[in-house]
Amino acid sequence: MPKTLSPTGTLYRGREGQWSWVAHRITGVVIFFFLLVHVLDTSLVRVSPEAYDAVIASYKNPIMGLGELGLVAAIVFHAFNGIRVILVDFWKKGPKYHRQMLWSVVGLWAVVMIAFSIRHLSHVFGG
Amino acid sequence: MATPTIETPRSGRVSPGYSRTPGSRGNFEMIAWLFMRISGAILVVLIFVHLYVNLVAGDGITGIDFGFVAGKWASPFWQIWDLTMLWLAMLHGTNGIRVIINDYAEKNSTRMWLKGVLYTSTVVIVVLGTLVIFTFDPCPVIDGVAHVADYCPAP
Ligand code: HEM
Ligand code: HEM
Repeated sequence: MPKTLSPTGTLYRGREGQWSWVAHRITGVVIFFFLLVHVLDTSLVRVSPEAYDAVIASYKNPIMGLGELGLVAAIVFHAFNGIRVILVDFWKKGPKYHRQMLWSVVGLWAVVMIAFSIRHLSHVFGG
Repeated sequence: MATPTIETPRSGRVSPGYSRTPGSRGNFEMIAWLFMRISGAILVVLIFVHLYVNLVAGDGITGIDFGFVAGKWASPFWQIWDLTMLWLAMLHGTNGIRVIINDYAEKNSTRMWLKGVLYTSTVVIVVLGTLVIFTFDPCPVIDGVAHVADYCPAP
């Protein structure tokens, strides 16, 4: 067993493939930890209606509103890029078009996020 | 400098020094790989509808309170929806984190500890979430005080 496992040079090619993988990994971890907390706060409905409403009220302030925007941004990227990964694996031409598909993912993500931000921020900041 | 040659994982030419577990672990990793893709495809639908109904439609986040949850869970449709989402998202996420732990934690004992914490949290959250959906009471009586809402019988 070699003592150190230091590869000579980089094993990865960088560029779209590697960066999309980094983003997919980070968003996956973020969503996972959100989900742990999310099930805990939802479980307050079993404590009392007042307890649940008090905690949910804190989700409605502007700072949490921006946090929800970030969470949705992470989820939408992870979801679209996940579909891209599935296409790369199962579609015959997937590997050939993986780069074009990443730019489609980014484009679709931007469109969805612009529409969602307008709607969500008007809920959070509007009266 | 020449580019190092990297053999494919199943080629049998991988130096044994890089192998953590002796022998084969059967099909587990292949099933896990497949599960990530199948659950991912289903989760897109489950989560996007969840976010649409809770954050976009109606009053969005400002409309969420105990009564909103009571309204949704009055229907078995949303109970099953949330139950499926809970199980699939937790198993998908847990397997994803397991892979990440395997990637970065090089010491056997570190990997074992991290995975122990991971699997414990997963079981706790999945059991808790499941119980919450099935034991939900829209009109609880707490310390003899009945919850007041237009959908609850007058005390
Ligand atoms: C900020 C965004 C979100 C809001 C405001 C929100 C809101 C809610 C609400 C009000 C409930 C109660 C039941 C219902 O409405 O169906 C709920 C339950 C649930 N949500 Fe979300 N949600 C959000 C994001 C997510 C995401 C991203 C996921 C998946 C990763 C998720 C997974 C779940 C699950 C599994 C349950 C059931 C919990 C249980 O079994 O106790 N939610 N959510
Ligand atoms: C919205 C629908 C989703 C889709 C389409 C999706 C798709 C995928 C796919 C295909 C992979 C495998 C990537 C690979 O093998 O290289 C993956 C990995 C992962 N996913 Fe998801 N996923 C979704 C939702 C979620 C949710 C809700 C969570 C958290 C609870 C999550 C957490 C993760 C994690 C932690 C990984 C491992 C990342 C890595 O190994 O780099 N995903 N996802």
